[in-house]
Amino acid sequence: MAIEVRIPTILRTYTDGAKQVEGDGSTLGELLIDLDRKHGGLRERLVDDGGLRRFVNVYLNDEDVRFLAGLDTPVKDGDTVTVLPAVAGGGI
Amino acid sequence: MRYENLLDSLGHTPLVGLPRLSPSDDVRLWAKLEDRNPTGSVKDRAAFFMVAQAEKEGLLSPGATIIEPTSGNTGISLAMVAKLRGYRLIVVMPENTSEERRQLLRMYGAEIIGSPAAGGSNEAVRVAKRIAAEHPDWVMLYQYGNEANARAHYETTGPEILTDLPEITHFVAGLGTTGTLMGAGRYLREHKPGVKIVAAEPRYGELVYGLRNVDEGFVPELYDPSVLTTRFSVSSADALRRTRELIAAEGIFAGISAGAALHAGLAMAAKAVNDEEPADIVVLIADGGWKYLSTGAYDGTLDEAEARLEGQLWA
Repeated sequence: MAIEVRIPTILRTYTDGAKQVEGDGSTLGELLIDLDRKHGGLRERLVDDGGLRRFVNVYLNDEDVRFLAGLDTPVKDGDTVTVLPAVAGGGI
Repeated sequence: MRYENLLDSLGHTPLVGLPRLSPSDDVRLWAKLEDRNPTGSVKDRAAFFMVAQAEKEGLLSPGATIIEPTSGNTGISLAMVAKLRGYRLIVVMPENTSEERRQLLRMYGAEIIGSPAAGGSNEAVRVAKRIAAEHPDWVMLYQYGNEANARAHYETTGPEILTDLPEITHFVAGLGTTGTLMGAGRYLREHKPGVKIVAAEPRYGELVYGLRNVDEGFVPELYDPSVLTTRFSVSSADALRRTRELIAAEGIFAGISAGAALHAGLAMAAKAVNDEEPADIVVLIADGGWKYLSTGAYDGTLDEAEARLEGQLWA
C-alpha cells in the first residue's frame, strides 16, 4: 500500500506523463518530499517558502488540505491526494 | 403570492426537508430550492443586486451595454434583468456549455461571444476583460469580484435560511464565483455562532484545467477562505450520482451542481452521525435540471452519463 497522488495534465512533464503516482510519508509535506525524489522538480511547482503555491489546490480524499493542516496534514496508506490548478468556478 | 413585476418575485425560495436522504431524525438535510427564482437559478439574486448597484453608482444609463463572462446561469439572469431595465447584454461564454443556455440567452436578446473550451471559465474571464478594455463605455459587472454578488446573499439568501431554520448547523453550496458562500456564509456566521460553512467545488475533466502553467490559475477576488469551514472537490461522477438520488429519493429534479452540494452535505451528515451530534444541514440547489438535459446527464447509466459529461462545464 502507498498513497496515491493524482497529477494534473500541466504537471505531468515531471512524472513522465503519468496521471497518478505513488509515494510515502506521514504528512503531506513528507509525501511531497518523497515524490520529489522520484519526480525531480515536482515539489517546487507545488510549494514555495514552505507553503502551497497560490494557484495550486491539493485535496486529501477530496477535502482541501488548506482547511485541514496544510503541509502538516497527516496522510496514510490508502489515501488519495489530488493536485489541481485553481481555476475559475463555473460562475454558474 | 402577488408581485408588481417579475423582479419583485426574486428570492424567498422554499426550504424543503429531505427526509429520505437524511440519515436520522437528529441529523437532517434541507434543500434551498433556488430554481424557484425568476429565471430558474440562484444567479438571479446576484444579477439583480449587481445591476441595481451599478445603477446606483451611475454606471448604467438607458441603452448601456453590459458585458460579462459567464458559463450560463449568470448570463441568463443578467439577460432577464437587462431586458426589463433596457440594457444591451453581451456574454462571453466557454464553448463547452450546454445548448439550452445558448438558446435561452438568445431568446432574451443577449449576444454571445464564445471563448475556447480549453481553460473553461478562466478563458471566458480573460476574453471578457480584453474586450471590456477595448470598449471603455461598456460595463463589466464582473461577478467574480463584485461585492454586490456576495451582498445579494448576505441580504437575502442568508436571512431567508436563518428565518426558516434557526437551528441550522451547516450551510453547503457550490463554489464558483464564491458569492453565495461568502455572502450567506458571512451572514450565518455573524448570526449563528458555530455554524459550519461548507464549499462543494466541481472537479471537471482535464480539458477544463488546460492551463499553460500553474501560475496562470484563478482565484475569484471575492473569495475569503476564512468564511469557510472546509471545502470539498466533487467529481462529475459523484455529482451525477447525487443528482439522480435527489430525483429518486426526494423527487427533486436539480442541476448537476446541486448534486455536488448534496455530496458534500451527505459527507457532513455522515460525520455528524459518527460524532453523535445533531445536525440541520442546508444544501443549496442552485438550479433545476432542465438546462442540462442535452448533456445526457439524466439518460442511461451513470457511467454513460459521466462519459458524456467529460469536458463539459456543468456548474
